[in-house]
Amino acid sequence: MSELNQKAVALYGNNFLKEVTERVEDGEWVSMCMQCGVCAGSCPLGPHWEHSPQKIFRMIMAGKRDEVLTSDSMWMCTSCYSCIVRCPRKLPITHIMHGLAHYANRLDVAPKGQPTRELARVFWNNLIKTGRVNELKFSLAVYFKDGFSQGIKNLLSMQVIALGLMKAKRLNPMEIIGGHKCKDVGGIQKMLAKAQEIEARRQIS
Amino acid sequence: MAEMKTAAYICSGCGLGDKLDVPQLAKIAQKEGKMALVREHGFLCNAEGVQMIRDDIEKEEVTHICIAACSRRAKTDAFSFPTVAMTRANLREGVVWVVAEGTEHDEVRQEMADDYVRMACAELKKAKLPAGNPNHTHLKNLMVVGGGMSGMTAAFEAAEAGYEVILVEKQASLGGWAGKLWKRVPFKAPYAEPQETGASELAARVGSHPLIKVHLNTTVAETSGAPGRFAIKLAQESGSLTEVSVGAIVQATGFATYDINKLPELGGGLDHVVDHAGLEALAKASNGGAIKRHDGKEVKSVVFLQCAGQRDEKHLPYCSGHCCATSIKQAMYFKDANPEVSTVVVYDDLRVPGMGEDFYRSAQHKGVVFAKGKASKVETSGNGCRVNYRDLILDADNVIEADLVVLATGQVPSSGVDIAAWDKVTKEAEGGSEEAKQQKSELKSISILNLTYRQGPDIPKLKYGFADSHFICFPYETQRTGIYTAGPVRRPMDILQATEDATGAALKAIQAAENASLGRAAHPRAGDLSFPNVRLEGCTQCKRCTVECPFGAIDEDEKRFPLFNEQRCRRCGTCMGACPVRVISFENYSVDTVGSQIKAIEIPDEFSDKPRILVLACENDAYPALDMAGLSRIVYSAFVRIIPVRCLGSVNTIWITDALNSGYDGVMMMGCKKGDEYQCHFVKGSELAGYRMSKIGDTLTGMGLEPERVSTFEVAITDNQKVAGLINDYVAQLVEMGPSPMKGFG
Amino acid sequence: MAKKNYAFYPGCSSQKGASASNFVPSIEVMCDKLDIQLNEIPDWNCCSASIGYGEGSQLSRLVLNARNLALVEQNMPGQDLVSGCPACWLATRETAEKLNEVDSLMADTNEALKEAGLSFKGTVKARHLVEVLIEDVGYDAMKAPVVKPLEGLKIAGYVGCQTNRPFGIAGESFENPQYLDKMIETVGAEAATGYEQKITCCGGALAFSEPEKSQKQIKDIVESAYDHGADMIVTPCQLCQANVEIYQSEINKKKGTNLTMPVVYYSQLMTVAYGGNAKQAGLDGNVLRPQKLLDIASK
Repeated sequence: MSELNQKAVALYGNNFLKEVTERVEDGEWVSMCMQCGVCAGSCPLGPHWEHSPQKIFRMIMAGKRDEVLTSDSMWMCTSCYSCIVRCPRKLPITHIMHGLAHYANRLDVAPKGQPTRELARVFWNNLIKTGRVNELKFSLAVYFKDGFSQGIKNLLSMQVIALGLMKAKRLNPMEIIGGHKCKDVGGIQKMLAKAQEIEARRQIS
Repeated sequence: MAEMKTAAYICSGCGLGDKLDVPQLAKIAQKEGKMALVREHGFLCNAEGVQMIRDDIEKEEVTHICIAACSRRAKTDAFSFPTVAMTRANLREGVVWVVAEGTEHDEVRQEMADDYVRMACAELKKAKLPAGNPNHTHLKNLMVVGGGMSGMTAAFEAAEAGYEVILVEKQASLGGWAGKLWKRVPFKAPYAEPQETGASELAARVGSHPLIKVHLNTTVAETSGAPGRFAIKLAQESGSLTEVSVGAIVQATGFATYDINKLPELGGGLDHVVDHAGLEALAKASNGGAIKRHDGKEVKSVVFLQCAGQRDEKHLPYCSGHCCATSIKQAMYFKDANPEVSTVVVYDDLRVPGMGEDFYRSAQHKGVVFAKGKASKVETSGNGCRVNYRDLILDADNVIEADLVVLATGQVPSSGVDIAAWDKVTKEAEGGSEEAKQQKSELKSISILNLTYRQGPDIPKLKYGFADSHFICFPYETQRTGIYTAGPVRRPMDILQATEDATGAALKAIQAAENASLGRAAHPRAGDLSFPNVRLEGCTQCKRCTVECPFGAIDEDEKRFPLFNEQRCRRCGTCMGACPVRVISFENYSVDTVGSQIKAIEIPDEFSDKPRILVLACENDAYPALDMAGLSRIVYSAFVRIIPVRCLGSVNTIWITDALNSGYDGVMMMGCKKGDEYQCHFVKGSELAGYRMSKIGDTLTGMGLEPERVSTFEVAITDNQKVAGLINDYVAQLVEMGPSPMKGFG
Repeated sequence: MAKKNYAFYPGCSSQKGASASNFVPSIEVMCDKLDIQLNEIPDWNCCSASIGYGEGSQLSRLVLNARNLALVEQNMPGQDLVSGCPACWLATRETAEKLNEVDSLMADTNEALKEAGLSFKGTVKARHLVEVLIEDVGYDAMKAPVVKPLEGLKIAGYVGCQTNRPFGIAGESFENPQYLDKMIETVGAEAATGYEQKITCCGGALAFSEPEKSQKQIKDIVESAYDHGADMIVTPCQLCQANVEIYQSEINKKKGTNLTMPVVYYSQLMTVAYGGNAKQAGLDGNVLRPQKLLDIASK
């Protein structure tokens, strides 16, 4: 168990609703859910969620901390915002799901090897390096995240697509050396470091 | 009274003149209708037309007028001539708006109009101007039974309107349940916090009101009489009796809480399980501080179980409506005193009508947790309770430990004697059963009003023991004229609804007393001056009228003749329909006024391919629906002749046999829905008609007629589309059947 | 007429050699004809997209977006920030609204921005290019430059998610927005009305991590376009365009289908209708050739 997680457990005990309210982005909205289930019915990936957003909210209220944080449900979110626009209580459900996923990732209790979790990590690291996303490096990093031989396999399976994109000049193999980047990378990195420092100070996550 | 002088006025406005041969109608009124005076007018309801009629009444001494124009339901302000008898021939909604367009229909359209003029003239000659009930009363004060929020509000509102009130409360103080609450559910914006009940302030205002006399520790020992002249005996706890007289009564006797000991599976009877009332007592004792249990322990966790013994066929089958908001309010008692208290509301459906949704949100803001679930067992656990429940969202069993459990039990109406049970034991007691006599006396002991009516000592119940006659269409009305119910005795409700209810009932009671003092009817024929006349010399003492009157208006005198309490009568005519010897009538509505219309029409012979169908349509729903069909220009067959009736209960079978003997091919009866979900404005009228007509089959067979020639239909006021279809289908059915063999014998 | 100036935020996928690299060329003719002057924000950075939340904290993401807003506020006063990419628009607009709503977040953000020598007061409005077309230009003005009406073309208007939710185009419904169909009709083509996958999510955010699930969405979106007799799909979204277009071959391989439904940007339709050639419309960047559109472009 990560140190952060231990601290959180020690602080909130079995009052998971309070923990979510105080620690998760937009978490203060959770208590306003009225359990109508419209979110669950609106999610395009609904059948793939182990627990629908409706159930996640109910589980938070029922104090089911481990089941929620270790679930891969929130990682199914495609950010389509259907739940947000349909929620009769106007809960920012998409943001809450993102917040929960982030919190679980931060406490390092999110499922290990969850593909979207891994992707998110690679994506973030890719973008903060130069301030912009390098799609080629990002793709390669995703394909090779499970090791070299799996990476080659993944790459071969996507060969047709990659060649198509290259032909259409929408994938540039030269990006591997250099590629797009912001001029003030230094400023950006300092700025992000400061944000982290502020959040640590405020104990936001 | 002056000699009868008749006049007919034929309007040619609203397109009547384009579609109809108005001079021919005038000729019929004169020649066949024998009207002394006949006038045509191009716009009868305008000032000039109305003045013309007024002049005739004044200068020509016309006493009876027939207006052949639009429906009797239209232009009632223009055609208001209170000093003369009046009939209306419905040529607009009843003929030109509903008969198909085109010259090929000119003939049947004109025949229809001709007949309606004949009918209105025939009716007019049999009608009299109602003189009003000669037994005027003068009492306009009210008695309110029950000194809770509903009763106090009814008393206060009536007194503020200028009426004297006698307020009777069996307890030693006013306030009722509201007086026992710590706070009430909010009734003002922003609907976010519990509010003061205001019960003691209202009690003080009621107690000091110059027009209100409060009787505490008092019950009603006897109620006799009728609206405008109720005679009441009030019994004090001490045993002394006081006699008072009032014009009308509001019964606001509220409710009792369902006994939680009947809910052992939910912990009813355990130390730390209370109902809403029990929690209010604890909250009152804590006076805004931390709420403590009976054993003095401060409550740190509480679970509310909704629908405890409610919506449950084994207990109360209905929803009491207020309990979700009440639990939300009580959960706030805890949160407001200490936000750290864990408050969980286990509900099946959270029902917070009105602005309750805002209150619900406010509770969520405060951290009250709502769990959709069903409790299976509450048991003692350590120094508290363990609630076992099925979480209906997670579809899993769950357990919550709590210091205190609150059961949201329902409201049981305090409505006195169950009249159905009373009827049963009365019959058995009359048969000599000693046991039944004992049961009857036990029943009597719980009576609230102790009515001396032959139909029993209390108000008949509508459903689940609530005293009312129709929750939706005519609230406050009971089946006993001049007695109105308000608050939870009428249906389950909260304080806000009860106070609104009480205001409504007070106004209805005032209206009843005022109408009685003018010799007029109460709802739904409010203002009607006609009342039943009985030709007692023809009466065979069969008792059908006394038994069938839905309002208990008819008693028996010492010679067992019917004794009408006119002020209790609603003028539905059910007695008239019931009377086998036809001795009961109203001045403007009688066996003759309708019978003469039936016989007035011209019946084409059996070779004409023009069937004639009599439609007897209830004036409350079916007739308006037919008018609205006209308004919407929905076409129906021109072979029907429609006569409005006060209620299908007033239909005397002689009309049916007369019609069939006259050569009508069929009779349609259109009335309100009957049965448990009835919509009959006179409660039992349509039901009785259905029963009577079920017996008519043999008579028809005896006449050599198919039973289908008389059919009954349920028509609601909204059925303007449907009613045309019913007519057309029935006409088609009769055409298929062929002409009545009775034609030509009439 | 003077051109109206906007601070343009192209976004990572629209960069040269990236997955939506043909988008930017395709809007040039369109903007020129409609007097829209797009001025690229100097040294803009990534918005962190839909997936940034996993690793990036709330403040980190706010700060990234606030940097772009601050660059506009500082260097391009009076100009709205306009993006062609729904994800960029969404993240930027959410940031602008959140910071204006929550004072403490605004303060924290500015404390971090200071490290990059920037500050943000909250005056910049973040808009989508489609909003500019509909609200600032209008359908009539969009129609005016049409020289080659796209007659005979039936097009399924696929709005997708983020152009439509949670903000969407003002006055349009979330469940059945009409603007894309109207734009199709504006350039003389026929809109496949009743296209029931109009607002379905293509699963683009999970295209890499959950390919099976994402491709199931794409299959529905494409097959419905076929059912409605569409010649091609048009979309305002870069991720939708790429995702729905390039994975059709993959779906064919796995499911034995024969999907070759071209997916184009609205700007490509407009460029062709306004008389631009295939290259100007960026049609060389489409993996699945929109033949009928190419035919009109070469006429």
